[in-house]
Amino acid sequence: MQDLIRRYGMGLTGLMCLIVAFWLLMLVIIPNITLFESSFRPYLPVTEIGGPRDTYSVNNYLKVFNGNIETSILGIPITVPVHVMTFTLTIWYSVVVTVLCFAFAYPVAYYMAKIANPRSLPTLMLLLFVPLWVSEVLRAFAWWIILAFKGPLNSLLLFIGAIDKPVRWITDYDAVMIGLVYTYILFMLFPLYNAISSLDTNQIEAAEDLGAPWWKIHWRIVLPHSKPGVASGAVMVFMLSAGSLLVPSILGSTTSQWFTQTIQQWMNDALDWNTASAYAFLLLFLCTVFVSVVMWIFRVKLSDIAK
Amino acid sequence: MHKFRQSLAHLYMAAFLIYLLIPLLVMAGAAFNDSKLPSIVPWRGTTGRWFVELAADERMWVAFRNTLVVAFAVAVLAVIVGTAAAILINSISGRLRSVIYGLMISTILIPGAVIGISTLLMWNKLGVPPGLHLSVLGQVSYIAAMVMLLVLARLQSFDVALEEAALDLGASHGQVMRRILLPHLYPAIGAGAAVAFFQSIENFNVTQFTRGGADTLTVYVFSKVRAGITPTINALAVIMIGITIVMAIAYELRRRRIERMMARTVDE
Repeated sequence: MQDLIRRYGMGLTGLMCLIVAFWLLMLVIIPNITLFESSFRPYLPVTEIGGPRDTYSVNNYLKVFNGNIETSILGIPITVPVHVMTFTLTIWYSVVVTVLCFAFAYPVAYYMAKIANPRSLPTLMLLLFVPLWVSEVLRAFAWWIILAFKGPLNSLLLFIGAIDKPVRWITDYDAVMIGLVYTYILFMLFPLYNAISSLDTNQIEAAEDLGAPWWKIHWRIVLPHSKPGVASGAVMVFMLSAGSLLVPSILGSTTSQWFTQTIQQWMNDALDWNTASAYAFLLLFLCTVFVSVVMWIFRVKLSDIAK
Repeated sequence: MHKFRQSLAHLYMAAFLIYLLIPLLVMAGAAFNDSKLPSIVPWRGTTGRWFVELAADERMWVAFRNTLVVAFAVAVLAVIVGTAAAILINSISGRLRSVIYGLMISTILIPGAVIGISTLLMWNKLGVPPGLHLSVLGQVSYIAAMVMLLVLARLQSFDVALEEAALDLGASHGQVMRRILLPHLYPAIGAGAAVAFFQSIENFNVTQFTRGGADTLTVYVFSKVRAGITPTINALAVIMIGITIVMAIAYELRRRRIERMMARTVDE
């Protein structure tokens, strides 16, 4: 800090501190404290705000447990509250999306880092970047067209005779998953690619010379080396999926509900901002827990993920 | 066996590229189909009327203008905040640094819906009504962190001795910043501005909760997809993908030119 003042003077240093303080306090910390505080207040008409009924309680959080529905896990019928179910399914499907993204992206990342001709790599990167730059809403919309009941996918499958009658793709969470994997797979690919390309190719060749089968090379050499990449890719994909509002809204069916959609309903349909805050805080809490767990499992730091 | 695996790898890469690009082609194709619903099957003849209808859509133009204004504001603010944050972070160390740095980075990971709602709530308490100005603030809160990372990386290669020399030779503090530090950071600041601009155009979650009644392009497309879908959206998609591809090609050509220039300097 002393150094900063010596180089840029009191004025400029003070200005920079002010700017950063504005960012962290006014745009990050205080809004989140407000969110947390509001989540404990009841939803009241404007005239009653600050009145005797405006007291703190956990009622907004307890709304998660309202309204039971029947479902079954592994064939055992159980009753769970609707929002608990939505919450659990959102987490579960986000984890599935993360795993699928990893499974599909890993071979591509390895190919780009170790197999592809270095001269063609920039062109390859460019081709990958084009879909990344196309906005999320359009990418989800593209799949909405493809998966439509009378859409191109069904026509193609009927034409080549793979199916006899059109398949309803946009049902349950199926289309949401397809859309999420498509939208976020590149956020897995690039960290993985960065991690794998920093691996010394000699190590792979040495293992090959010593007679290791290909799967063992990946399991014992490439994967352990790319751990930071896997961690940051997994965190990115999970957070983006669990927090996504566009994809579940566009590709969702009548039986699919994403937790962000529930938050939006409290916010924009019920106009109950306090309950929306409680739910938003739950989402934030879950995401924090998830990131911490992933960082703990992979033994990486937050600064590694940001790379 | 090794050869076989090699060709399998090429095949997988090709399949992956096709998987990424086909949906965009299908979406673009549907813009030219003379059918009321956006699809490429059945093909009812080629038409350009969806582009004409898009151009006649008042609401789209308003949304388009809003998007540009918001993206521009976000880029300017995020660059200022991000650069200041990078310089500051670079000059502190120890526990304080890791706490502040962690706080900055974590903004990237906060779900957009949470940022949107918390921004709306706080400014609402302060008496500021919802609207695109709040969308700008909400977006800056995490996009600034991305700019910060880019600038911070560039700062690592900065030689502090240059500033010392300038100070010894009697330069003022403002001159040191403007003539020595900032010129070194310009490439990162430029890249940061571009990233901020595109992140802002893409943003939906934060905007959706803070926008009040105003539209941005993403919100406009979203509401069109939800209700009253027409191939005008596809026409818009064609234009946006077109712009992306043109920019990508321009970038690639520039890269090749620089590469050739580098090769020539090495030869000499």
